[in-house]
Amino acid sequence: MKTDGRHVWLLLPALLILGAFFVYPLFGILLRSVYKNGYTLESYRQVVRTAVYLTVLGKTFEMAALVTVSALLLGYPLAYVLATVRPRLARLLVVIVVLPFLTSIIVRTYAWMVLLGSNGVVNQYLVALGLTTAPLKLLYNRAGVVVGMTYVLLPFMVLTLASVMRGIDPALVRAAHSLGASRWEAFRRVFLPLSAPGIAGGTLLVFILSLGFFITPALMGGPSDIMIAMLIEREVEFTLNWSFASTLAVILLAVTLVGFAVYYRVMRLERLFEGLG
Amino acid sequence: MIGAEGQRTGPGTIALVAMAVVVLAFLIAPVVIIVLVSFSGADYLSFPPPQLSLRWYSRFFGTSVWRQSIVVSAQVATLTMVFATVLGLAASLALVRGRFRGKGAVYALLLSPMIVPTIITAIALYFFFARLKATGSILAMALGHTVLALPVVVIIITATLQGFDLRFELAALSLGASRLTALRRVTLPLIAPGVVSAALFAFLTSFDELLIPLFLAGVEVQTLTVRIWNSLLLEVDPTIAAVSSFLIAVTCVVLGASAMLRRRTD
Repeated sequence: MKTDGRHVWLLLPALLILGAFFVYPLFGILLRSVYKNGYTLESYRQVVRTAVYLTVLGKTFEMAALVTVSALLLGYPLAYVLATVRPRLARLLVVIVVLPFLTSIIVRTYAWMVLLGSNGVVNQYLVALGLTTAPLKLLYNRAGVVVGMTYVLLPFMVLTLASVMRGIDPALVRAAHSLGASRWEAFRRVFLPLSAPGIAGGTLLVFILSLGFFITPALMGGPSDIMIAMLIEREVEFTLNWSFASTLAVILLAVTLVGFAVYYRVMRLERLFEGLG
Repeated sequence: MIGAEGQRTGPGTIALVAMAVVVLAFLIAPVVIIVLVSFSGADYLSFPPPQLSLRWYSRFFGTSVWRQSIVVSAQVATLTMVFATVLGLAASLALVRGRFRGKGAVYALLLSPMIVPTIITAIALYFFFARLKATGSILAMALGHTVLALPVVVIIITATLQGFDLRFELAALSLGASRLTALRRVTLPLIAPGVVSAALFAFLTSFDELLIPLFLAGVEVQTLTVRIWNSLLLEVDPTIAAVSSFLIAVTCVVLGASAMLRRRTD
């Protein structure tokens, strides 16, 4: 069949639905953020001038950075093993990564609340083993949020890293060995640099996704662990300040889009789905 | 690499494998533990459960509000599946077969709901539907989820179409089939596993998602995820373990079915 413009009309239904229920509503948010009895940047000025909002923005970036580093440290060794074991074993192990990946975020967050609560499973074991006399406070604080968010986002890191590592020719590492490099040296000077696009892609992706996180910090965080997405929800649900909620949303959206623009220079999002097919 | 090519396994390799095993345990343990504690007979969630029972399941399936939520979630997810698959299949055909200007931009637009933080999409739709006084409707939630599921469907179906040998369709055309007949009798049956898989993932995307229904649900019409959210704000109720296990089971069914479909194509 000739490839030509005759198929273009098939795009129409999807574009109409996206236009009506995605692009137009987002445009509405943009408009709300700059329009209040006339065009004004007042609410943006308010964000910059108010210490609380700047603190929340700072905390959001801090949390995202913590989660990204934890996910990289945990994800790299696992991705390396996934990419280098026999394909049949790798397929089995990928299921262990993909099952939580496809489980509802609220379910995964709840699981960690059960594990980390003051009467939770982890504390039951710590007390039973005599490692602590009173239950530790593992939930409703920053540590809890970092654990929960790292858990939710780790599969993104692992799948990104593994997809890049699978493309690294094992012969290159063998060549380093045969030229006298130790295993560590061969890893550090050949494999690690070749996996750099995966590290860049994975960290960027996890960092960007962390910035907009809502469910896990809202349920697992303490009163001071507020992230920008939670602030947006509060402005909509409780303060009923829609124009301010819109302003915060536009700021979050702008940061996210810039992040993804950088991300697309190193990685395509579709590669995450190679393991799902 | 590891264990391959008869290399000796050094301490570094052992540490690496140990680390990978620990991380795998970290990934799977919470899911397994939630399923196990959901069968607990005790009043609180302890692991391992002191005795087994189905009391939390009977509370889950025996409470009318929970049963209503299953129906709402299933309705929203089914509508989402139908919308997203039809729209996504058509769009994917255009993207893979068509050659037109701005294709890259269209593709990026179709994937963009994956990039925009869901909280933003959710409040944008909330403002939109609130103005139309249409919150609390199944259709509104399904349309919101269609937007979120569309990228998933497009990614899976375009990948399937790229692996499809166009010569089968050309053969049908050269034997006198019309374009529509060739599509219906040759192409669609061949790409069916990919399309069904995409549909299942679209269903799951909706069934698992919280934020769109959190803003669009009404007092009466609430999905399972919204009910979980509301009860978690109050206390960690063991019934949620049973509800969670139900959602995990749905995920397993979708994963298993798509794996079977893939094996059939290979």
